[in-house]
Parts: sequence; C-alpha cells; structure tokens
Amino acid sequence: MGRVPRVHTTIDGVVYQDEVEPRLLLIHYLRDRLGKVGTPIGCDTSNCGACTVHVDGLSVKSCSMLAVQADGCAITTIEGLAPDGGHPVQRAFADCHALQCGYCTPGMVMAAVDLLRENPDPSEAEIREGLEGNLCRCTGYVNIVRAVRAAAEEMGAPGARIHPAPEAAVLPGGVPGAESAAHASAPAGGGTGR
Amino acid sequence: MTASSETRAPAAPAAPPVPADPAERGGVRHGVGTDAPRPDGVLKVTGEFAYSSDLWADDMLWGATLRSPHPHARIRGIDLTEAVRLPGVYAVLTHEDVPGAKYYGLERADQPVLADGKVRYQGEPVAIVAADHPETARRAMMRIAVDYEVLEPVSDARRAAFDPACPPVHGPAAPPEPGGAARPANVVRYQPVRTGAFAAGAGLDEVRAQADVIVTGEYQVGMQDQAFLGPESGLAVPAADGGVDLYVATQWLHVDQSQLAPCLGLPPEKVRLNLAGVGGAFGAREDLSMQAHACLLALRTGRPVKMVYHREESFFGHVHRHPATMRYEHGARADGTLVFATMEIVLDGGAYASTTSAVVGVASSMAVGPYEVPNVRVDAYGVYTNNPPCGAMRGFGAVQACFGYESQMDRLAEALGMHPVELRIRNAMSEGSRTATGQPVDMPLPMADMLARARALPPPAEPETGPGTDPRRLPGGVAGTTRGEGVVRGVGYGVGIKNICYSESFDDYSTARVRLELVGGEPAVQVHTAAAEVGQGLVTVQQQVARTELGVERVVVRPADTAVGSSGSSSASRQSYMTGGAVKAACEAVREAVFRLARERGLPPGADDALELRGGAVVTRLGAVVAELAELLADTAVEETRVFRHRPTRPMDPLTGQGDAHVQFAMCVHRAVVDVDTELGLVRVVELAAVQDVGRALNPLQLAGQIHGGSAQGLGLALMEEVQVRDAAVRNPSFTDYLIPTILDMPPMRVEILEHPDPHAPYGLRGAGEPPTLSSTPAIIAAIRAATGRPLAHAPVRPEDIVGLPVP
Repeated sequence: MGRVPRVHTTIDGVVYQDEVEPRLLLIHYLRDRLGKVGTPIGCDTSNCGACTVHVDGLSVKSCSMLAVQADGCAITTIEGLAPDGGHPVQRAFADCHALQCGYCTPGMVMAAVDLLRENPDPSEAEIREGLEGNLCRCTGYVNIVRAVRAAAEEMGAPGARIHPAPEAAVLPGGVPGAESAAHASAPAGGGTGR
Repeated sequence: MTASSETRAPAAPAAPPVPADPAERGGVRHGVGTDAPRPDGVLKVTGEFAYSSDLWADDMLWGATLRSPHPHARIRGIDLTEAVRLPGVYAVLTHEDVPGAKYYGLERADQPVLADGKVRYQGEPVAIVAADHPETARRAMMRIAVDYEVLEPVSDARRAAFDPACPPVHGPAAPPEPGGAARPANVVRYQPVRTGAFAAGAGLDEVRAQADVIVTGEYQVGMQDQAFLGPESGLAVPAADGGVDLYVATQWLHVDQSQLAPCLGLPPEKVRLNLAGVGGAFGAREDLSMQAHACLLALRTGRPVKMVYHREESFFGHVHRHPATMRYEHGARADGTLVFATMEIVLDGGAYASTTSAVVGVASSMAVGPYEVPNVRVDAYGVYTNNPPCGAMRGFGAVQACFGYESQMDRLAEALGMHPVELRIRNAMSEGSRTATGQPVDMPLPMADMLARARALPPPAEPETGPGTDPRRLPGGVAGTTRGEGVVRGVGYGVGIKNICYSESFDDYSTARVRLELVGGEPAVQVHTAAAEVGQGLVTVQQQVARTELGVERVVVRPADTAVGSSGSSSASRQSYMTGGAVKAACEAVREAVFRLARERGLPPGADDALELRGGAVVTRLGAVVAELAELLADTAVEETRVFRHRPTRPMDPLTGQGDAHVQFAMCVHRAVVDVDTELGLVRVVELAAVQDVGRALNPLQLAGQIHGGSAQGLGLALMEEVQVRDAAVRNPSFTDYLIPTILDMPPMRVEILEHPDPHAPYGLRGAGEPPTLSSTPAIIAAIRAATGRPLAHAPVRPEDIVGLPVP
C-alpha cells in the first residue's frame, strides 16, 4: 500500500490540508469532502463546464483535474468569487436574466471572469469563443452573451455596447387584456391529454 | 466580422411607450408586465442555490441502481449474497422488497418499480443498493449476479404498430373498445381524425381528384433527449411516523406522491414531497426516476438516503422525446389553397407507456398544423417497443407533427412555384377558424401577421467566403477543412401550433394559498403552492401576480411542497396560466377579506363600491386612503386558498377525433438563415429570428428567455441531437456523443413578441414555453434545403444527408 497523498490548498481563502485518494477528482474533493456544493457536476466527461473553478487564477473544469494536482494551489470557486455575489459578472448574470435553472451558472460565471481577465473588451464573437466549453440548456446563450458584455463595460471596457436593450421587442396588438374568473366546477375527469 | 451578426438593430416597429419607471405599473414595483428580477437570481449566481444534488443529511447513505445491460431479457435469478456481505452495505433490494404496488406510471401502471422477472429496455432498474459511500454502493452492484436469458427485442415501431405477428412487449392486446376495431397488442393508443369528405367515407382517390397539385413525403424525427444539466437526484428521509420526506427535483410533486404512496404501501399523507432545486426539466422529470428507489432504501434502512445519477445513467433514467416516422400527403389547388391532407404518424413509446397516450392526442389533433384544410385524414399511433421509454419533452407530440407539416408546406410551395410564406399565409388559420378536430379558435391567432413580420425582417449580411475568410465564420469553424469554397446560403421559415394546458377532458387545476400579514410592521405576502420552479421563472411570475393584485411589493414565494394542494405539472406551457391563475384567484379572495375588514371599521360615504388595494393601503378608486394595511391588519393575518381550473375540455372522438379537446392555442414563427458547406455537410446557423404571440407578456425579459431557450432546443433537433438506438440499445449516452448546441452553434436571435390577449386566460396570457421549440427545427431544415436543394426528411439533418452519402 502506498502512502495516501496529502494536499495543501487554499480554497476561497481558507487553507485546507487533507489526505486524499490519488484518484479523487478535484470536484469530488470540493463537493463531497469539503461540502462546497456551490460548484455542480453536469456531465462527468468534461463537456459541460458546470464545474469550472479557478486554479491559480485560471479557469479549470474541476472534473478534469485530480485533487492531488491542486496541491499548493489557490482555488477560487463561485462561492468565493466575491462577497454577496458582488462581482460584476455575477451581478450582470442576475440583471440580464442570463440564467434560468442556473445549473450552468457557476461554471459559466467562472469561465466568463477568466475570459474578461484575458480580454477585458471582448466582441460578441470573442465572448462566444471564450465560453465554447460551457453548455447551457435553458437560455440559448443570448442573454449570457449580453451579460458578459455588460460586465465588461461595468469593469471599464471601452468598446461600444452591443445588445443595448432587452433582446425582445414587445409589440402592441389587439385589445387590452380581458380576464377570466376561475372556473368553479370541475369538468368530467378521466382524460389524459394535454 | 459582419455588422449584422454582431450588432442588433431594434426590431422594425417601435416599442410601445413605457412608463417613467419600467419596473412600476399600477402603483407597485415589479408587478405584472414588468421585467421583475428573479427571486432566486442572486442565489444562483453565488452558488448558494441548493439543487437536489447538493442535499446532505447527517448519517445519510448513498443509493445506487443496478440496471439491465440488455433491452429485453428474462431474469432467471438474482444472487445478492456477495453484495450484502460487503462492509458498508446497508440494503440490497429487488422487486420482492417492494412493499406495496409493484407497478406505477403516469397514465398506465405498467412500469415495475424494480424489474419483475423481465427487463423490457436497456437500463431498466433491477436492484438498488444503499451504502455508506457511493463507491461502496458501486462495488456492491458489481457483486450482484443477475442471470439473464436474453430475448430478441422489438425495436421497429412500425412493425409494432402494424404487424399482428409482432411479439407483444406487455402481453396480449386489450379487447377492442365498443365500436372500435381490434388493434395489435403493442399499440398504446391509436387516434384517427376525419373531416370533410374523409368523414363522409370518401376514398383517397376521390379527394385527390379535387387537387391540382399533390405532394407526398416521408419524414423521421429522431429520439431527442431533454439534456437538462442537473442529473436526477434527491434525498429521502425516513420520518418518525413511519412515513418518508422526499426532497427531489421534479415537475409535479403531487403526481409523484400519488404514484409513490401505493408502491411504498403508505397513505399519501405519509409520503411528503418537497421541491429541491431543479437543474432544468423540459419534460424529463415528469416520470419517476429515483424517487421510489430512494424512499424504499430510506424506509428499509431507517437512514436518510441520497441518490444522484451520473450523466450516463441519466440517459437511461428518464424518458426521451418520441421518435416519429410520418407519411404525409397534401393536395392543393393551383392558387395554393389546400384541398386535403392525409397523415400517418407512428410514435415509438418504448418499453413503458409513460405519457404516450397524451402525446398521440397532441400529435393527432395538431397533425395538420395551423392550416385550414377542408378534408383531413389522420392516423396516429403510439406503440410499445423494447426501445428506451419515451414521454414528455417540450413540444410533446406537436414537435414531431410540425416537422412533417412544415416540410410538406415547403414541398408544396416549391411544386406550386409560390413563396413558402405566401403559401402559408394563404392557408393560415385565424380567430374563427376551426381546427381539424372541429374546435373553433375563439381567441386571436395572428398567424398571417406573424409570418409577414418574420419575412419582413432585414436579412443578415452576405456570407463571407473565399481566400482569407476567417474560418470561425464558416460552417464547422476552425475544425473545418475547406476554405468555404462550397458554402451556400439558405433562408427557411417554420410555423407551429401547440395546445396549452392539459387537454382531452383532463381535470387540470392548480391550488394557491396566499397570506397577507404584517412583518416588522410592513405588509408582506406569502405565496404557497406546489408548483415546480424548474428554471422557467414561475417564482417570479407568482410574485408579480401577488404584487399586482394586492398592491404590496414584498412577496415571498414559499418552497413548494405537498403540504398545499396540487398545482399540476410544470409542463404543457401551463404554469403561468394555471398557477398564475390560482395565485390571482387567491389574491382576489384575500383582497375581498381585507375590504371586509375595512368595511367593519366603517368606510367614508360612497367608497364601498370602488375599493382598491394599492401601495400598502385600501384606497378608493380616486386614490383616497381609506385605511393603511399596517393599521388595518395589526396582528391579523388574512389567508385564502383557491383552486383554479381552466375551462373544461372534451375528449377526442375515438373514431373521428372530433371534440373541443384544447384550452388554448399558441404559435411561434421562425425565420432561419444558414450557411451550408456542401462539401463537408456542415451547417452554421447565421441567424434565427422568432415572432411569437404571447397574449400578454407577464415578464418580457423572462419570456424572451423562454423563446431563446426553446429555439435553441429546436436548433439542436434540427442539426445534432439524436439518441442513437441500434437493436434497442443506446449508443451515445454521454455529452461527448450526444451533442447539444454550444454557444458557437447558437446564433444571435431577433425576437418579436406580440400581445393579442386571449379573453379566456388570466391577464389574457398565452402559454409560451413550447411554441418556439416547434418551429425552429423546420425553419432551419427548410433553410438547409433552400441552400442545397436536398430533400432532407430526417431531423436532425446529418452531414451524410447534405453531401448525399448513405447514412450508416
């Protein structure tokens, strides 16, 4: 039997020392050993990016890294990105409705923060390239692009605004809304359709 | 880089004037009609939102599921000896350990909680394990010896539908209903629709003779996966009263409860469900997955049991969209007026019925699409096979039919030499039309206007091709191996119609409890329902309704659970309508109760007939304050519970399909612009534009999000998403092999939202989640056909289809 490796890490500003199995993935160390469940698991095959964290400032899919590889590293998860969700990228995701179920959001936010570190003034195409490794099933990505751009501007990017207004135009039509009362009686049951 | 794909001009017509503070309407901030922020938005960007997979209990065990590797096999024996011996294993259960009913199901109790001596699909649960660690549970499963006698699977849905000699997946056929014909044992539901000459018994040749042009087509829709990002998971906690508390990500708490309680041998009140954070649903959480298994293990061990599926297991752990094979024939006069349509739709339900009957109901009643056709003959079948079970997915039978009828419209337009939009407008349904099932459309249906708007949108910039082209702008991106020499552009249109809410006489209702009281001296509202927030933004809508109805900004939506009556499912685009309607009704009752309190204290002369609740006060219509809520309520809480039902619907006639089966119809129109590399068979969607009528936009920002997301799922079905099933076995159960659109696959979108109120619906709203999923698929495939001239009868389109190679 080999010696069980020890890992020393700083995670969201807290120092941890733990014995871990060599095969333990970083994401399982975070979630199951430390209880840091703010970072979710979406696919197990490094396709979806939901588990993205920062390791020494660079975004990493934490399902594709062993805990032992993080030895000596400073790790930031979504939980430690900023106090009270105050990072401009976090605020922009909430403000721009860039999330629905929100399961991809921690990884998407961490990837976007790293993207803006590398390129503080990205075009729409550059935002899309930068987030290619993160899947979202709810939003069609439209508001995610808008949120990243909004965050870039808040963080001081000089570029012209894109997607200035909410994406959709609501057009008037028809007569003002009529309202129905609740139906008091139950229809005959037994059907199955919808 | 082109301007059009990077920037977005405002939609052509000007937006309506907005109030000074767009967040405020009717005297309260963030009410109905505003872009109110999600109450869970901050929690979701900070990682604090608790998904079902994040739950933890002291002393909890981990559950795991042993699944069949075979699509069809008899189980000769199961030997658990080695598994139970493993230290750390607390329980290993099989079907013999199910204390109550052995079968469950949404429409038919045909699915065993654990395999009952036979497995009918690959991945069927055979045994479950509870252990102190997920790895222990996995090792225990490897020690369970199951002796399978492998059987030939029924894998061909058409054979299941039509071949009387096909072996039954579930035993012999039920006797025919009175007046109905005998049908093969594997047919779960057959639903015909007959109108015009077909109803009068005319033959097809007679009807054909009236048409100048006839087009026929055979189309297939592949098996699509909902691919929510948060796999199935939950935590079952045994309770002191012998019952169980289940925390789970689901779409309909009460239908889970009603299926679980009999299996667990418990009365419903001892099976309490609480909604945990849901990582997307799209229909896949309508059926049970780990619910019964976790409860069984918790009750057996007396310990909390957590179960979390991996992604691969998730592909086997939930139903998919029914794959369809469809045969369509349309006839029209030379001017484009439709004369007749026939369609045969076969939907593969897989091993268990799930919602197949209802999917057949939608597919048959929506088979013709939003077109006026005088003579219709529809034959829709949902069948059992040994393929993966299929059930609900966003669009629910209407998606499959839409690909068929829209493909036919394009084919017909080509045969007639008409523009595809012109043909659609010529035959468009509108308010006052009748559907093929004889139902009058008694609400606005501005289809012609929507099509004209989609067509009038400015086109994106011309494609860049040739030397020096940025490969990232080409189909295939940097992985492409051409320089775009063979890139051609195409434009296509699609339109779809979806019924909203549950149909066919289903008793569809939602329950809401609303409480108004002072908290810290300020009026505050609590809304309690069992309605599942799955990401769509229902929590926001509930708050908005309460704010508008009660004039109080501070509204808290309590966690959903079974301590309050059912809200029905978060499906069929129904929750804004149904739970929005229930919250509104409960608020109205609370408001009346507050007015009674005010009257008891005495009103100023003439105020009684015109009271309103605004800005935390009872006021007269002119705004004079009668009483502040802070004063009026004092230590009293006003609480009301109301059940809301939509207007009744009728069953479809089993022989003719006739009947007012639906509550509401909703439509979306898409225009897709694609670049296709004809050498590589690769497609880049350059732009996707949508025009949707929503009756009334309760929250325009969230609504646009629904249209974006639904369109993206339709894009996936058009270009890449198919669960590959060969001999009833799944070949691609991972996100490496089952592809969903990335941010590079999904183009920028233009969205126009129209508001023509439905007089029957709360606030005039129209369900909105599903329609965009219908029409984006045919629009994109039409655009590829326009670019390439290929017939393209299969969704998703595969590279082989474009370059003309045989598909393996």
